[in-house]
Amino acid sequence: MSGTNRYHRQTLFEPIGETGQDRLMESHVLIVGAGALGSGSAEALVRAGIGKLTLIDRDYVEESNLQRQQLFSEQDAYEKLPKAIGAKNRLNDINSMVEVEAIMADAGADLLSELAPAIDLIIDATDNFDIRLLVNDISQKFEVPWIYGACVAGYGMTFTIIPGHTPCLQCLQEYLPSSGATCDSAGVIQPAVQHVVSYQVTEAMKLLTGNRAQISGKLIAFDLWKNEHMEMEIEKLKKPDCSSCSDNRTYSHLSYGNQTKTTVMCGRDTVQIRPQGNMASLSEVAEKLRSNKNLHLSWNPYLLSIQDGDFRIVLFQDGRALVHGTMDEMEAKNVYYRYMG
Amino acid sequence: MHLVINGNSMELGDEVSSVTTLLEHLGLAEKPVIIEHNRDILKQEHYRQRMLENGDTLEIVHFVGGG
Ligand SMILES: [Zn+2]
Repeated sequence: MSGTNRYHRQTLFEPIGETGQDRLMESHVLIVGAGALGSGSAEALVRAGIGKLTLIDRDYVEESNLQRQQLFSEQDAYEKLPKAIGAKNRLNDINSMVEVEAIMADAGADLLSELAPAIDLIIDATDNFDIRLLVNDISQKFEVPWIYGACVAGYGMTFTIIPGHTPCLQCLQEYLPSSGATCDSAGVIQPAVQHVVSYQVTEAMKLLTGNRAQISGKLIAFDLWKNEHMEMEIEKLKKPDCSSCSDNRTYSHLSYGNQTKTTVMCGRDTVQIRPQGNMASLSEVAEKLRSNKNLHLSWNPYLLSIQDGDFRIVLFQDGRALVHGTMDEMEAKNVYYRYMG
Repeated sequence: MHLVINGNSMELGDEVSSVTTLLEHLGLAEKPVIIEHNRDILKQEHYRQRMLENGDTLEIVHFVGGG
């Protein structure tokens, strides 16, 4: 493909034009999370022709993802392919002119700090506020805008955070659900995902093509099922003493946690364990467990799955583990240390 | 009392007279929500004092985590 005609319809769109397209093609976007929102944003931005996309995700593809996570196929779920890898494969097929960097990891402070200096924009496609508040600190520290997005049931919300201009997520902390209360069991429909993605990608295009004046500046929420659409001017909620965006900033979320961390994963009956220190390789672990006839092992180049009765442990190369079959962090740790101790 | 909430017209009983009583009526008293009253964003510490009048417009949104 020559590529000369590829972005014709987009450059015909006057606010973007050839100049905007050139800017897009020089831009580097980070998407945190390759689930429903991340799949949608990644596909749209790769089709639009950004220069480089970095995608971080810690999970692998399962059958229940296929209803809304548009980059993945049945084969990906069958193979338990890490989402970052599955997404990269599909995105390369869609547009080989865009460089796609896939990172299979938890989006921690160190990783994000390393990436941030080269990034023009961060798109939030995570599923919890711990990571969002971390992304928010990174955004303020490195002066990179980020676009919050989330959805549940037919409801969605988005807000574009521009350091030095808008309130940040930390300013709004008293309005955030308390930790643990974000695990919504209400399900989600694909159009609600797409609607949030549409807002996020359009705001991204405005920022990346030099159309900042068009940025909405408003908190936008909607419920497609209930036919509701809300927009709010929230400038007044900017906090003069915010720990992330004020003159007295401390970036409290960047210094948090270097110990083994467990996280209950939303609506999944799953706990993630992220240990510190050096880990045995996947093949070493598989070798050690092979003689145990009570266990069923399966693997691909990226992960090892261990079925133990009602529990299933999935180990990744970077040492993280997902323990399926429990939402109890202590129980998950016990199961994990049975094999990894 | 007649109110327009998130674009929907609603008739509410006499027990609803303020933002606080409205949130109780809607079952949102315990939920952290952002409220705009007649285009004016309310800070959380001011919810309580804000009285409602017939015909007022409110937007009520809450943060969600899923993605
Ligand atoms: Zn702030």
